[in-house]
Amino acid sequence: MNPDASTVDTVIDAVSAVFMIVGAVMSLAAAIGLLRFPDLMSRMHSATKPQVLGLFLLLAAVGLQLRTWWVWPVLLVAWIFQLLTVPVSAHMVGRAGYRTKHLHKELLSSDELEAVVLKAAQAARDAEPDGGNRAAG
Amino acid sequence: MMELVLTVTAVVLSLAAAGAIVRIARGPSLLDRVLAADVLLAILGAALCIDMAVNRHLNNLMLLVAVSIIGFIGSVTVARFVADRRGQTNES
Repeated sequence: MNPDASTVDTVIDAVSAVFMIVGAVMSLAAAIGLLRFPDLMSRMHSATKPQVLGLFLLLAAVGLQLRTWWVWPVLLVAWIFQLLTVPVSAHMVGRAGYRTKHLHKELLSSDELEAVVLKAAQAARDAEPDGGNRAAG
Repeated sequence: MMELVLTVTAVVLSLAAAGAIVRIARGPSLLDRVLAADVLLAILGAALCIDMAVNRHLNNLMLLVAVSIIGFIGSVTVARFVADRRGQTNES
């Protein structure tokens, strides 16, 4: 029940090596998804892999390699910052992509935004009786 | 073992960056290019993390946070811009 220090060291090295390789493969998966998926929405799906799970695995590898306890809160702050910013930018890109018709409608299983967008366009048209050419549908 | 890990991850990340750059060059719309640039920044952050893990230092951590700020601000700004311009040209 008392493994010597070198065994523990080897195990930690192996775990962090696996984390690094899997985290790098996440980036490769995102690139393959970017190249092979047909439209913007499915490309966004693959683009989130290195941003969240890949970064988590790599930061965990950094924490395991440094072997000090105080780096873990710092790495956690970096990861939480990424978790806070990635959904916002993905929301903005997805919204712009939907409104500029950069998607294949036949690939969607359900489109819950369509009614909202039509209603907003109708409201904007009613508010501007002179043609309403600024109504972003 | 760390040299082997470094080689494998260097090859994998180079291939991933090449794929993202190809999508930036070929992307049919501006939003595809923004998304691919975001992925390229994530790959850069992954390379910084691997450098920190293999060489056991924390010098790149602030750079990693700065890279994610740049990706966030860039994609949000371009998404706003695209939405406004395309909305006007579609309606008029």
